[in-house]
Amino acid sequence: MTGLRRLVLILTPYSWLIFFFLIPFLIVVKISLSNTALSIPPYTPQLDLAQGWAGVKDFFGNLDFENFSFLASDPLYYTAYLSSLKIALISTFLTLLIGYPIAYGMAQAPDEWRPTLMMLVILPFWTSFLIRIYAWMGILSNEGFLNQFLLWTGIIDTPLTILNTPTAVYIGIVYGYLPFMILPIYSALEKLDGSLIEAAEDLGCSKASAFWLVTLPLSRPGMIAGCFLVFIPALGEFVIPSLLGGTSTLMIGKTLYEEFFSNRDWPVASAVAVVLLLILIIPIILFQKNEERQREANG
Amino acid sequence: MQLSGMTFAAAILAAGFAGAEEVHVYNWSDYIDESLLTKFQEETGIKLVYDVFDSNEILETKLLAGGSGYDVVVPSGTFLQRQITAGAFQKLDKSKLPNLSNMWDLVMERTEKYDPGNQYGVNYMWGTTGIGVNIDKVKEVLGDDAPVDSLALIFDPKNMEKLQSCGVYVLDAPTELIPAALKYLGEDPDAQDYDTIAKTEPVLTAMAPFVQKFNSSEYINALANGDICAAFGWSGDVLIARDRAAEANNGVNIEYHIPKEGALMWFDMMAIPVDAPNPDGALKFINFMMDPHNIAAASNYVYYANGNKASQQFLNEDVIGDTAIYPDEATMNNLYTTSPWDPKVNRLVTRLWTKIKSGT
Repeated sequence: MTGLRRLVLILTPYSWLIFFFLIPFLIVVKISLSNTALSIPPYTPQLDLAQGWAGVKDFFGNLDFENFSFLASDPLYYTAYLSSLKIALISTFLTLLIGYPIAYGMAQAPDEWRPTLMMLVILPFWTSFLIRIYAWMGILSNEGFLNQFLLWTGIIDTPLTILNTPTAVYIGIVYGYLPFMILPIYSALEKLDGSLIEAAEDLGCSKASAFWLVTLPLSRPGMIAGCFLVFIPALGEFVIPSLLGGTSTLMIGKTLYEEFFSNRDWPVASAVAVVLLLILIIPIILFQKNEERQREANG
Repeated sequence: MQLSGMTFAAAILAAGFAGAEEVHVYNWSDYIDESLLTKFQEETGIKLVYDVFDSNEILETKLLAGGSGYDVVVPSGTFLQRQITAGAFQKLDKSKLPNLSNMWDLVMERTEKYDPGNQYGVNYMWGTTGIGVNIDKVKEVLGDDAPVDSLALIFDPKNMEKLQSCGVYVLDAPTELIPAALKYLGEDPDAQDYDTIAKTEPVLTAMAPFVQKFNSSEYINALANGDICAAFGWSGDVLIARDRAAEANNGVNIEYHIPKEGALMWFDMMAIPVDAPNPDGALKFINFMMDPHNIAAASNYVYYANGNKASQQFLNEDVIGDTAIYPDEATMNNLYTTSPWDPKVNRLVTRLWTKIKSGT
């Protein structure tokens, strides 16, 4: 009985991963090794099982890595990946910088306030993400609220061009993903045992060093979770750069869209997606390995 | 999330009506007089599900993925041609389209280029790609003899440098801009070899820095509100902007000009996907839209010309009488059509387009 229960417990997450991650990923890998064709669907070869073993052999014989070497040959993709990495890293850092104090403030707030504060963080999700980004277009444009306000106060004489620049993309990403940073940090800080800080202070720590030596390390899992939750979607972000960024803001999400829709080249689009996933997964795996090793070392 | 919830609810509702006959139509946005949708349902008793798209690319991706569930779709000519090659459509059963006799031979002849024998598609609307201007602002910047009826307005950097101050939007579509740039250079706008196409690079690279935005839909509002003073766009869209400005009475006067060098003439074609669930209903819808009264109502509403000769007597004077919509014969002879590039050239062109816009 317990054996069966264990099996079910282990099998459930694994089959979830296999059906909703591994199999779709393998399909994408397969398309990335195919060649584009004018047909339904727009790539060859198709697996033809009616021909039996010969069909299978034919199918695998026609797969190749041409699309990946194509990606390597054009600096466009390399530049787009690097520029996406840069934008994702900077905006994750900015989100952490803004999100941590907010989460800390929420965790320090009196118990009866916390549900309200939590609500305020979640409230924007009640509006469509797209509408909120469109709203930023209205705020940041040359004739927008921000410029009119700044002109009115006399801080500037001529409108600032913010919309259609990388600055607007950073604003959009930090705004859009801030709750994903605040929530995990808040849940880490909320669980923090207050007596640990009292103990640190009793043992002669100042408030600042107690924060630095106790609170910050103990909220590390929350920060890491928050950073992943922001960094991963930001890297492949498409909506924000295409609405707020200009034509010169190169991001891999936009490049992927163009491959898929403008070039109608599903194989190259899939290759771009596979490389994007590898860029994301390898550092995450290395990081997890390192964490485990540290945990073991700490006993 | 909310959206998918609504779609789900709609799916359940639709399943409830599964007994009734349905026809699913996928057309461009802002492209029909919506009272026609009710009229079709009343006349035929078929439930009409009408969805819209705003780019040929989205439509093509759905068609080539297969199982789109649509019975009637409306791609443009060059896209229709490529999709026919891909096997995306079924031949029209012309015995079920008695209203074909209303069609205009002049348009039918031209659409044969994409679909020899017009076996797969029937023209819905057609138009030109040209220049929309806020005439007062452009004259203010370039003087009274501003070349508003010439491609030089858009492609000569000297003009663009001055127009930059009042704003220019350009279609984000290499299939529109490259033929125009070729025409400006005196080359064949329908050139298929990449060496000829590449000649447009210096022209487009020189004008791109002065373009405020490459976008294929936002220019309607931007022109109408007076945010920009010039756009390179589609005829009907500019005319919609003209109308919106007139309704708003905001002092903005919009004009549409077909460039004197020649302009791209495009056709949007009704066709039936090969895997359409209800091809019979699709034929009924196409036949309904070929009724002179119905298609005239649509043209009167959207300011685009149609390919239906018999409908012309029912068109309003500000549609049939406007040479921006129904050009005179001399202009008509000066319009050109294009064919799709092969995939290799298409890839090079898209790459060139990215380079022109982003400098990378």
